[in-house]
Amino acid sequence: MNVLTVTNARKKFGSVVALDGASFELRQGELLALLGPNGAGKTTLIRAVAGRVRLDSGEIRIFDRVADGRRTPPELGIVPQEVALYPLLTARENLEAFGTLHGLSGADLTTQVDWALEQTGLADRAKESVKQFSGGMRRRLNIACGVLHRPRIVLLDEPTVGVDPQSRDRIYDMLAGLAQSGVSLLLTTHHLEEAEARCSRTVIIDHGKVIAGGTLSELVDQTVGRYRLVTLRLDAPLAAGAAGDLSAGAADVTADATDGRVVKARMRDVALELPPLLDRIHRAGRSVDDVEVRGPSLQAVFIHLTGRELRE
Amino acid sequence: MGTLLRIGWLNLRRDRVALAMVFVLPILFFSIFASVFGGQGETPTSRIRVGVVDEDHSELSARLVEGLRKETGLRVRTTADESNVGPVLDRAAAERIVREGNVPVAVVIPKGMGEAFANNGFGGSSGPSIQLLSDVSDRIAPQMVLGLLQKVTMTAAPDIMMQGGIRQFEQYAGAMTAQQKTAVDEWLPRLKAQGQAGTAGGSSPAAGGMGVRVEVVDVMRTDNRRGSLVSFYAAGIGVMFLLFSSVAGAGGALLDEVESGTLERLLSTNIGMTGLLVGKWLLLALIGCTQLTVMFLWGKVAFGLPLFSHVPGFIVMTVATASAAAALGLVLATIARTRAQLSGFSTILILTMSALGGSMFPRFLMSENMQKLGLLTFNAWALDGYLKVFWRQAAIWQLWPQVLVLCGLTVVFLAAARTLARRWEAA
Repeated sequence: MNVLTVTNARKKFGSVVALDGASFELRQGELLALLGPNGAGKTTLIRAVAGRVRLDSGEIRIFDRVADGRRTPPELGIVPQEVALYPLLTARENLEAFGTLHGLSGADLTTQVDWALEQTGLADRAKESVKQFSGGMRRRLNIACGVLHRPRIVLLDEPTVGVDPQSRDRIYDMLAGLAQSGVSLLLTTHHLEEAEARCSRTVIIDHGKVIAGGTLSELVDQTVGRYRLVTLRLDAPLAAGAAGDLSAGAADVTADATDGRVVKARMRDVALELPPLLDRIHRAGRSVDDVEVRGPSLQAVFIHLTGRELRE
Repeated sequence: MGTLLRIGWLNLRRDRVALAMVFVLPILFFSIFASVFGGQGETPTSRIRVGVVDEDHSELSARLVEGLRKETGLRVRTTADESNVGPVLDRAAAERIVREGNVPVAVVIPKGMGEAFANNGFGGSSGPSIQLLSDVSDRIAPQMVLGLLQKVTMTAAPDIMMQGGIRQFEQYAGAMTAQQKTAVDEWLPRLKAQGQAGTAGGSSPAAGGMGVRVEVVDVMRTDNRRGSLVSFYAAGIGVMFLLFSSVAGAGGALLDEVESGTLERLLSTNIGMTGLLVGKWLLLALIGCTQLTVMFLWGKVAFGLPLFSHVPGFIVMTVATASAAAALGLVLATIARTRAQLSGFSTILILTMSALGGSMFPRFLMSENMQKLGLLTFNAWALDGYLKVFWRQAAIWQLWPQVLVLCGLTVVFLAAARTLARRWEAA
């Protein structure tokens, strides 16, 4: 079931087109990654869903209700890109303040604050002021303040910027827990490996339009195809031009430009194509020290779709 | 070293606010202060306003009133109305206009003055003395009027003075001869003409060593003169710093929240922009009330400020002043794009208003035009109210003009802040 549907969203700021007909949907209980180069329109799209940007045209439907674009719908939880906390207040005081402003009170507020402190691993630091916290602790608390009031949809704008791998894992564990409980989450990120590993689906936006969407395998099928990249490390460099001779089969083999001992090959079927390649290397008088086989990555899909040119 | 200078210069050149603070701000303040304090005495409007009550109705008293009128340093009124129409001033009315601050000083020429003078001259030890009803919060005006009064008594009626002197001479030295009397009769009209021609331009030889007896009366009837003066300074400085703290607090309340992202988060809650602004305004107003209360309490403890005898008036003025200052702080914070802009702009505005509005230098010592200009400032209305409470012993209802203006400003400022804050709402 779709909990959020954006249809043909358009927005211009002066002469700059921020959204140019973007459309996507968020399903119940999924963690959806919204990817795109800088300036692609991700933040505008998130702000439009949050009721902070009014669309020029298009429609945002939340639980079958069209959002008016003037206020944040009550079902939404927002986690901004900045660490939007009061540094002189303690962790508990920040949670209590934002919980109260979201309508929590009394025992319910206390329960939710305790839950948030537990989830963020900050229960033993609850009485310390936020300015004493590390970047990772602040990020975790930043997320907790946005989900404290049990929203059914959570929008997260780059929630893991500048945090260490441990905090990042903790954050994604929190988000996975929320998704399991039926909450739908939409997050923007530039960490493609995270999106690949942690999100159930991905939407890629560029120049204000959604240019691809789906699971990783669907995106791969739509774009780069199901090739595997095989990297072989030899005992000694190949003779000049020998790499071309290795490509005799179906595999497309290239020598690494910087290290003559490394050979790369794109294979559609590793089981069929790798043994003949190993045989040809052996016949060329070289032996193989190491082999790495990698499937198509989101990075490859992303670059394929958005190109290698710098955007800013 | 050269690289450091280049970096510093480039940074300064590209930061327009900093550049303005370095070069424009000093020039601006110099101009304002030169206008406020340098223009005194250059215009006829800087004359001291003085009420004159003639209870004597003698030739002498008429001459004195006329003499005072001719003084270029004074603006004399003898009627209850400033435009010299309406009922003639009596002692009670004069006392009232001094207490209400309409004039800093009033001269009362008591009954019997002319007769006593004719008999004994000004040097006599008996007889009534001229009374100077004064508001001692103005330390300059009574002194100037006192000096001018001495001069006028010596120069406005030289013939009458000489007649009195001759009468005294005859009393102790015997009657003059016919020849002496003829000479005096010829001389007296010339003296009279000289006196009527004007008092400016030197004193009469007869003035040497003699002076009219003048009794200075403090009509404010305050038990604690020093404490009341302290209340004036407490209000002046208090209001200026109230503005600074309101602007800083409002900047912290809005611009810091914008920069940290908490404003975005707050606007995604149930509170909304109007609720947010009202909440911030209430907080700033409460802080302002506390700040002024602490200041006046310190004035009470350290300088004997008569706070506890003026609590109702103090509460009314403090609530009205802090509310308006908080609303002004919000307007400035919603106009400014950055903290640096807010700091630069508000410093200029607050110091200008404080200079014109009497926080640094009492308004009653400024020229009349500057006093009128001062009414455009927030400080002037707040300080006038505090002065009424602590100095003029005004009843609470008499504070209505100040309270009305401050409440009106609060509403206007809040409406302006709400309008300007739209830029942070949905784009």
